[in-house]
Amino acid sequence: MAIEVDVLKRVPVREQEAKVRATNFEEVCLGYNEEEAMAEATRCLNCKNPQCQKGCPVAIDIPAFIQEVKNGDVAKAYQIISESSALPAVCGRVCPQESQCEGKCIRGFKGEPVSIGKLERFVADTAREMGIKPEGAKEKKNHKVAIIGSGPSGLTCAGDLAKLGYDVHIFEALHEAGGVLVYGIPEFRLPKEKVVKKEIENVKSLGVKIETDVVIGRSVTIDSLMKDEGFDAVFIGSGAGLPRFMHIPGEQSLGVFSANEFLTRSNLMKAFREDSTTPIMRPKKCVVVGGGNVAMDAARTALRLGAEVHVVYRRSEEELPARKEEVEHAKQEGIIFDLLTNPVEILSDEEGWVKGCKCIRMELGEPDASGRRSPVPVEGSEFDIECDAVIMSLGTSPNPLISSTTKGLEINKRKCIVADEAGATSKTGVFAGGDAVTGAATVILAMGAGKTAAKAIDEYLKTLD
Amino acid sequence: MFKILERNELAAHIYQMVVEAPRVAANCLPGQFLIVRVDEEGERIPLTICDYDREKGTVEIVVQSIGAETNEIAKMQAGDSFADIVGPLGNPSDMVHENLEELKKKKIVFIAGGVGTAPVYPQAKWLKENGITADVIIGAKNKDLVILEERFKEVSNLYITTDDGSYGRSGMVTKCLQDLVDEGHHYDLCIAIGPMIMMKFVCKLTQELNIPTIVSMNTIMVDGTGMCGACRLTVGGEVKFACVDGPEFDGHKVDFDQAMVRMKQYKTEEGRLKLAQEEGKTHKGGCGICSD
Ligand SMILES: Cc1cc2nc3c(=O)[nH]c(=O)nc-3n(C[C@H](O)[C@H](O)[C@H](O)COP(=O)(O)OP(=O)(O)OC[C@H]3O[C@@H](n4cnc5c(N)ncnc54)[C@H](O)[C@@H]3O)c2cc1C
Ligand SMILES: Cc1cc2nc3c(=O)[nH]c(=O)nc-3n(C[C@H](O)[C@H](O)[C@H](O)COP(=O)(O)OP(=O)(O)OC[C@H]3O[C@@H](n4cnc5c(N)ncnc54)[C@H](O)[C@@H]3O)c2cc1C
Ligand code: SF4
Ligand code: SF4
Ligand code: FES
Repeated sequence: MAIEVDVLKRVPVREQEAKVRATNFEEVCLGYNEEEAMAEATRCLNCKNPQCQKGCPVAIDIPAFIQEVKNGDVAKAYQIISESSALPAVCGRVCPQESQCEGKCIRGFKGEPVSIGKLERFVADTAREMGIKPEGAKEKKNHKVAIIGSGPSGLTCAGDLAKLGYDVHIFEALHEAGGVLVYGIPEFRLPKEKVVKKEIENVKSLGVKIETDVVIGRSVTIDSLMKDEGFDAVFIGSGAGLPRFMHIPGEQSLGVFSANEFLTRSNLMKAFREDSTTPIMRPKKCVVVGGGNVAMDAARTALRLGAEVHVVYRRSEEELPARKEEVEHAKQEGIIFDLLTNPVEILSDEEGWVKGCKCIRMELGEPDASGRRSPVPVEGSEFDIECDAVIMSLGTSPNPLISSTTKGLEINKRKCIVADEAGATSKTGVFAGGDAVTGAATVILAMGAGKTAAKAIDEYLKTLD
Repeated sequence: MFKILERNELAAHIYQMVVEAPRVAANCLPGQFLIVRVDEEGERIPLTICDYDREKGTVEIVVQSIGAETNEIAKMQAGDSFADIVGPLGNPSDMVHENLEELKKKKIVFIAGGVGTAPVYPQAKWLKENGITADVIIGAKNKDLVILEERFKEVSNLYITTDDGSYGRSGMVTKCLQDLVDEGHHYDLCIAIGPMIMMKFVCKLTQELNIPTIVSMNTIMVDGTGMCGACRLTVGGEVKFACVDGPEFDGHKVDFDQAMVRMKQYKTEEGRLKLAQEEGKTHKGGCGICSD
């Protein structure tokens, strides 16, 4: 039976029930099936001047692919998306659609915007099940390119260059490729075997070689890759992985972690599985400090490991930087939000284990440089939250390993690599993009930067012929 | 894959291995470490690089089996392969960047405790190759636990001391250092590598003796590249990451008490019990690893 569509409302997407999913690591959102996708696709107005496309950082031809979904031609829809995006199954799941494509959708003026992300995910997942792969290069070119880091920016840049026929090698510091997609974003949001590995295999099938366990700046330098190993160009997509701490008393206590440590143990090292050899703390009551995607992921991971979780964030709900969907999911799962609150000290017992978190209430004052009203502490409002673990999720900055070992590579005062709009750095033949240039941002922006840099690298290499 | 070419048991629970790892061998220097994974399911285990052969593309490691994953490493034989080896990680020892003429003027003493003996070797060897013969004090619980004696004799003036006096001098490394100073030795630099508790007490003594001291911090680690913060410690009031800011630090500035507490994070009750059973009464605790 055909699904009845109310043009003002989205076709609802099936999800694991909140109570059930709070105890497992399976994917929360189950995605559309064909029937649901085709029904949702009918809501698209196929606008002549599609605003949605303007909201997408890689400008996917959204109305065109949605029309193909409506027609039931997934292969064609996949082809259209592939022209702009190398990781659609990932972006369909993790893009902050409400502030990008869907935020601009005409349907959204009166009612709910078209579920562009869910449709993109449907196309990518179905294409994968059908065994559709991106097309490789027809002819080989005689240049070698080194890509540093296998996150979204590196994978995209590598894929595009391989499609142009270049000999592309990715060097990755960890033992597994994928960057934040494997070590940061949890399984219940982005399945590793089913989605991330498959997307990486697609990039490999284009001829890209991936060498893991190579830390650029330590195992080998960029200068030596270019001089001794014959690479004509280099793309740096090394991300922004260095965690920040608050530098408040008690932060070195047992049970205080960076979100990166907690998530890496769970995601990359699979510590959430009972059979894993990697230890992870399973807190009883856990405070997560911060309000971004990373904080939500840490909170929901701790919850699944059995904890009662409090997210402590110094601004109000409106300013929470996390994707809206994640905040809603977190609330449904029972995570408690202590907003307008900031930790001032971590309390520990005589053996050094965390026993609480002293917080202070905040109120919003004048807007700061970012345009957001800056939080100011309310004097005398301190109170304690009892807990046995605190996870710091205060943002990250680029790691100085590469910049400090590469001669002539300019960085700015935030430690980010300086690159122009095309991705060219201060060093000839060396390009950069993604979080390494912008500081922590999003998957799709990193991909966009990888794409732009691939074009610039192609042009640069042509000048060498 | 990273193949084990050679494997020897140096003492009870202490194994030496020579492993193929060309990228590590090509660029490593004394003071640096690597991270190994036994197999696809394995943990990431940091180990110091104890020697290297750039031509053959091999590195040498010495590992003491103390827990789940190091027990797996101990079972591996020549011909087996590690799934992963990444490195070199951390900063090389200061000495490799120092002006050689200045360095030659200094009288250096190394203090090595237990399995910490192995990481001292590449530094002593590097100095010897650059025309400097350092004094080395090796401390062990008893005669059977003294490792690498012959190799150290080739590159240094070696003093051995055992807790029970079964070999060499008698007593802890701190006593040995004090005795050497009392016997008229003068030192401008001390480099201590071993259990945290040993490094703590060496630093206490060298502070009194006014000898600048460098220590190598074997904190808990995950990635070893500055990404997780598990390895953080306080040095001179500032938070540092052992993997990228270290592993060597000015020992007189390290907050050892805090660092030793932090080692307890993943120590399970079972692990502690097992260690106590295996080592029986000889396990005196205080090494900082098992938190006894
Ligand atoms: C927990 C978490 C949740 C997130 N959720 C979302 C979300 O829902 N939606 C969204 O759009 N964005 C999200 N983000 C942000 C997004 O994941 C990043 O912006 C994006 O991954 C950046 O891509 P990148 O390619 O620049 O770097 P990364 O993904 O960080 O990849 C960099 C890679 O380079 C490697 N590397 C670093 N240094 C070296 C070196 N010296 N040598 C060799 N390799 C090196 C690293 O190991 C890593 O694999 C999240 C981030 C985190 C941490
Ligand atoms: C820079 C550095 C250099 C090192 N060099 C050597 C070496 O040359 N030879 C050697 O035998 N050992 C060395 N170690 C210590 C070695 O890494 C630990 O013994 C090992 O990680 C213990 O793992 P396990 O699973 O066997 O022990 P378990 O007790 O089962 O481990 C439980 C958890 O605690 C962590 N852990 C426990 N003890 C230590 C420790 N002492 N250091 C770091 N993490 C620990 C492990 O990573 C694991 O997550 C070094 C450590 C560091 C940080
Ligand atoms: S890539 Fe992201 S922003 Fe672009 S259409 Fe897909 S979900 Fe929207
Ligand atoms: S703006 Fe909305 S309705 Fe218009 S083409 Fe885009 S998705 Fe369809
Ligand atoms: S080991 Fe992860 S930051 Fe040092």
